[in-house]
Amino acid sequence: MRNGKMNSTKVFNIINVTLVTIVSIIILAPVLNILASSFASSKCLAEGDFIFFPKELTLDNYRAVLNDSSIWRAYLISVAKTVIGVVTHLLFCSMVAYGLSKRYLKFRKFYTVMGVITLFFSGGMIPTYLLIKKLGLLNNFLVYIIPQLFSYYDVVILMNFFRQVPPSLEESAQIDGAGVWTVFMRIVMPLSKPALATIALFNGVFQWNDFMTAKLYITDQNLYPVQMKLYDIIVQQQAASMNTIGNIALETTSKGIQLSTIVVTTVPILIIYPLLQKHFVSGMTLGAVKE
Amino acid sequence: MKEFKRQLPLQLMIIPGVIFMLIFCYYPIYGLTIAFKNYTVIDTLDSARWVGLENFKIIATDKYFWQSVTNTLGISLLKLLIGFTVPIILSIMIYELKDGPFKRVTQTISYLPHFLSWIILGGMVVNWLSTNGMLNNILLHIGILDEPKNFLLDSGKYWWIAVLSDTWKEAGWGTILYLATMAGIDPTYYEAAEIDGAGKMRQIISITLPMLKTIISLNFILTISNLLKSNLDQTLVLMNSQNQSKAEVIDSYVYRMGLTQGDFSYATAVGLGVSIVSVVLLLLANSVTKKLNEESVL
Repeated sequence: MRNGKMNSTKVFNIINVTLVTIVSIIILAPVLNILASSFASSKCLAEGDFIFFPKELTLDNYRAVLNDSSIWRAYLISVAKTVIGVVTHLLFCSMVAYGLSKRYLKFRKFYTVMGVITLFFSGGMIPTYLLIKKLGLLNNFLVYIIPQLFSYYDVVILMNFFRQVPPSLEESAQIDGAGVWTVFMRIVMPLSKPALATIALFNGVFQWNDFMTAKLYITDQNLYPVQMKLYDIIVQQQAASMNTIGNIALETTSKGIQLSTIVVTTVPILIIYPLLQKHFVSGMTLGAVKE
Repeated sequence: MKEFKRQLPLQLMIIPGVIFMLIFCYYPIYGLTIAFKNYTVIDTLDSARWVGLENFKIIATDKYFWQSVTNTLGISLLKLLIGFTVPIILSIMIYELKDGPFKRVTQTISYLPHFLSWIILGGMVVNWLSTNGMLNNILLHIGILDEPKNFLLDSGKYWWIAVLSDTWKEAGWGTILYLATMAGIDPTYYEAAEIDGAGKMRQIISITLPMLKTIISLNFILTISNLLKSNLDQTLVLMNSQNQSKAEVIDSYVYRMGLTQGDFSYATAVGLGVSIVSVVLLLLANSVTKKLNEESVL
């Protein structure tokens, strides 16, 4: 009897491990296929008779991307919007959060109610578009930065973190003559590194992946981030594949560029992924998840 | 007021946040009034003429709007069926793995797609499904297909493409909350069950799932309240002229009517109407789960 039980547990474990392995393959294989395809020659891409090992390997697709100055430019815009966006977002949110973390603050109740309302209600796509237009932010790099400065969600997370800083530390600094700003920048911020890092990482991924801002507010190709550039390439290639039946050569050349652009756009995410992983659970429980 | 003055440095830290909210959150909420106006390009928010519920009346007979509602609901319900249940099953599978490198690697792999943008994933999907892509290659080899086809041009398949690609992207990430909850289950429950002769499946049904009940209900309520929401990024990248009749969702319709065709008032009315229905759905879902669970999750 006891032996039978042990066996059934064993069978369960074997089936479970097999299923989990299949799931992992289903997730990983398509990604590896894209990576392999990006190194395939246009002839191979046209035939498409491989999954991981194209018969003819080439770096042409990457050469084409490296020679395309508009992709370089888009990459630069993406890096700039991510770096500037994250730093300004962190500073702005922490500043507000530090003020709100003081329970004795006058009008605190009013500020929090005001913030909570923004979590549940928004004007939606069109009224926001009209606002951005009115502010002169259409076709302006600042549209990537200014509307992203503040998030009440992140403010709440930071506020809770700031409250864990021992008050005695702040008090002793004040006795030594430090003002509010000195205490904030020299004591509170350095002690809150874990929370700041979590928010920075998730906000950074959001900024890098964000394509909607450009799609909605930017028509000037010089200001396209790399996601928007990639979107353009995909849409053009889709249209081409519908119209140029017969002109397979043209179609597969642009397909090669598309594939290598996908890989090049994904690389930064892969680089910070190990870092991100450390902050997953804290990020999740802090609620710092950007959809 | 004296107190306010004494706190001035702190107050000055908050004021920028208040100004931000007034401009970027509250002004657009006020902007929703154009749903009840006839707003044209030459108008300002205040000069536009009030038309009452005129815009909402047009919605009732707008064939394309209702088409987008059908697509949104179809995709959302399939997501409820697949995208909602897969993470629960997957998290239990991962939970049952022994701690060690295999478990860590699986988790690392399954979380990864969440961090890829929909544009990257869209580009991948376009390639997998194209005539010379991976899927055709496999299906031709097994003999399910006789000749290659571009699946994205087949509007009948679009809902499945949208739902399965979304599940592929988010299922792993969706396990995190469940796994965190399961980590809190007292292991003595399982030990006791084992002594009583319960097999693994029995343990999952009688211990693990009941422990997940609250978090599953909470997720369920959120999913229900999002039935009318759709993934605009995904739609924009996967939609083409061939599959549009099945791919157009409410959000992309609002985008098209408002920003492409410039009918701001009508697009806002559609958006506002849908948000109101969403709130009703949220309250309904909450009261239903409350009845089932005899406790409110919200």
